[in-house]
Amino acid sequence: MSKLVLERVWKSFGDRDVLAQVDLAVAEHEVVALIGASGSGKSTLLRCVNLLEPVDDGRVLLDGVDISEPGRDVDAVRRRIGIVFQAFNLFPHLDVLGNVTLGPRRVLGFARRDAEARATELLARFGLADKASDYPDRLSGGQQQRVAIVRALAMDPELLLLDEITSALDPELVGEVLDVVRELKAGGMTMLIATHEMAFARSIADRVCFLDDGRICEEGPPAQVLDAPRHPRTQQFLQRVLRREDDTRP
Amino acid sequence: MSSATWRAIGVVAVTGALLLAGCGDDDDETAGGGGGSCETEDLTLVKEGTLTIGTDTPAFPPWFEDDDPTNGEGFESAVAYAVAEELGFAPEDVEWTVVPFNNAFAPGDKSFDFDINQVSISEEREQAIDFSDGYYDVNQAIVGFSDSEAASATSLEDLKGLKLGAQQGTTSLDFINDVIDPDQEPYVYNDNSAAKAALDAQQVDGIVLDLPTAFYVSAVEIEGTAVIGQFPSVGEDPEQFGLVFEEGNPLRDCVNEALASLRDSGRLAEIEQEWLSEVVDAPVIPVE
Amino acid sequence: MTEPSDPGRAPDPEAIRPQRPAGPTHRALAERAQRRRSAVIAGVSTVVVFGALAAIVVRAPGWGQVRRAFFSWDDFRASLGDIAPAFMLNVRIFLIAEVLILVVALAVAVARSSRSPVLFPVRVLATVYVDLLRGIPIILLIFLLGFGVPALRLDGVTNEPVVWATVALVLSYSAYVSEVFRAGIDSVHESQRAAARSLGLTEGKALRFVVLPQAVRRVIPPLLNDFIALQKETALVGLLGPIEAARQAQIYSSKTFNFTSYLAAAVIFVALTVPLTRFTDWLVSRRRDRVSAGRLA
Repeated sequence: MSKLVLERVWKSFGDRDVLAQVDLAVAEHEVVALIGASGSGKSTLLRCVNLLEPVDDGRVLLDGVDISEPGRDVDAVRRRIGIVFQAFNLFPHLDVLGNVTLGPRRVLGFARRDAEARATELLARFGLADKASDYPDRLSGGQQQRVAIVRALAMDPELLLLDEITSALDPELVGEVLDVVRELKAGGMTMLIATHEMAFARSIADRVCFLDDGRICEEGPPAQVLDAPRHPRTQQFLQRVLRREDDTRP
Repeated sequence: MSSATWRAIGVVAVTGALLLAGCGDDDDETAGGGGGSCETEDLTLVKEGTLTIGTDTPAFPPWFEDDDPTNGEGFESAVAYAVAEELGFAPEDVEWTVVPFNNAFAPGDKSFDFDINQVSISEEREQAIDFSDGYYDVNQAIVGFSDSEAASATSLEDLKGLKLGAQQGTTSLDFINDVIDPDQEPYVYNDNSAAKAALDAQQVDGIVLDLPTAFYVSAVEIEGTAVIGQFPSVGEDPEQFGLVFEEGNPLRDCVNEALASLRDSGRLAEIEQEWLSEVVDAPVIPVE
Repeated sequence: MTEPSDPGRAPDPEAIRPQRPAGPTHRALAERAQRRRSAVIAGVSTVVVFGALAAIVVRAPGWGQVRRAFFSWDDFRASLGDIAPAFMLNVRIFLIAEVLILVVALAVAVARSSRSPVLFPVRVLATVYVDLLRGIPIILLIFLLGFGVPALRLDGVTNEPVVWATVALVLSYSAYVSEVFRAGIDSVHESQRAAARSLGLTEGKALRFVVLPQAVRRVIPPLLNDFIALQKETALVGLLGPIEAARQAQIYSSKTFNFTSYLAAAVIFVALTVPLTRFTDWLVSRRRDRVSAGRLA
């Protein structure tokens, strides 16, 4: 049984269909990369998984259980799924430790001391131990994003959603964030990653899905989708992206 | 500057000085000065040919009726028209203007020829304005609920423990502070409406007013109240109501003549009898 | 023929980083001179303007009388003796009202910002409350509650005018302040709420731990503004009888025909509000620095 299944999911905003009959399965410990142009629906897809957006039609199943059913305890579902946003969305009024311990303390009911101990451990693991009492506005973009990842991890999620987490970063900071994700994969975390970073997708993903205008146009192992795309639209998209990457390569 | 400019400045300065001197009228032929004739044509008036009288709003009974000073009803309305008649004005030559109580005797120019508004004559007030002779002798009185503890008060001592209230700036308030000297600080209100509302709300045990108003309040306005007591006037001079004039206004002397004439002819007493005959026994509380 | 430096030569990596020469920079010197000039101009113009104003006032024909009536030192001292203790009533009311207003306003703002269908009637009630209480002039409210409610003679309900005046102030100000809070809540970006909910926090906890702390910080300056206004409106309790500072000034002035007591009362009010206004300004400028420097939302 797959960890996560999206079954014939439809989602529209107004009269625009942002997701059109999306079928996607993610197995446990699998890392799936979502690629596609902006507006193709990647973010919406992720937000449908953690129920930030309600699906209009279709189902989202976690461990075979329909979590998208209206009336379901949404907060309980979200405890099991972690998400990291493009804009980090750290809480500016709390320091790093506060950001990381908020979930464990107020949702999972950890005592303050225990939550802080766990948090410190996690932060140390990702090289952020000395930043624990800093406020987010003092950190670089890369550090903030890493804190955001730690914040999600502190909840011990079964599934991690990463929504273009390097898109807002300066190029020299991207690497440190991607290293964290590599580590998570090595640890067996199930992940659904929306990304622009093709090289990264190639190196880390077990499967790549190309989203075009709300539909999964092509999906398969990275070598196939990225290097030998079959669908013309995939080819077009990759040509555009790779041309850009050529320009930016030193 | 040109001589024309200097002349203009001179005119402005002289006019300003005149205004400050408190003559306050347009058709003044001589600069200030008192005495002179009390013939109707010679009177110093705010508005030529008209007697402008000031009073506050709402105009309460028994001083006025129906909040309408022009109907000649109510003690003060009647007195005003009687004085006007003595000065040679027909009722239609009399105009009324609204003047809040405290404004009447504040220093400065006045928009009225005289103000009639239950203003008690006092030396302090005399510093800012001029009073006519008294047209009514006033006692202070307390209104309270007949079934309250306050109703059984018979001496000043009994009153000291009460929570009292009065209108701001009145001799009634002075009476509370100077003569009764209660243990609790009294409540002070902008006007008697508020004081009455407070009594009705039982936020005070009693309110101090002049006797006629007190009687009216207790008989007509607030159910269950009575005049708990009245105080004989302290000292030799009873408290009196006087008409208020702008400082230095020569009209005052003419009005005093009119009042004297009304008193002598018994007309003033008649008016008092007609409009204040409801003044019956209310227990006298000794203040000595 | 002059020889330009060789364009193809790479800069020497071993070269020492240049040292800044000692002493003030060119810019510092220029700014210093400019500041001096500005100070002189400011000084002269202040003297000229205020001097001219003062001259006009003092030479006005009525000045002597006005000075005696409004600026008499003896009356100032004499009236202050009564006004200062009366002012304690204003302060007491202000302190109690302020706390209550914060509580009520926050509750109303949260009610209005809630999205849950269960809370719909509460939301409607809150909206009606805000519309109504912002529409009714405080004076009317004070009379309605201060005289009206006690006149009903309800059992167990106090007649104390100070209590009802405070209630009126709280009801009225909470309506305004709740809108300030609501603006603060709205100003917190939706992504903050999304991030909080994504952690599994309930709507209520997300509000409590993530949105409100940010919202409140942002609206502290306008909040302080409303409270500075409140300090002065405590004078309205005088309408119901209790003697507070402004009333005491009025009492003094009607006895003596001197209006300096009003000046004394004004001075006392200002003494209370000026520190608060300066504090507000300081807070605003500090926030501005932080917001421009970092990402403190």
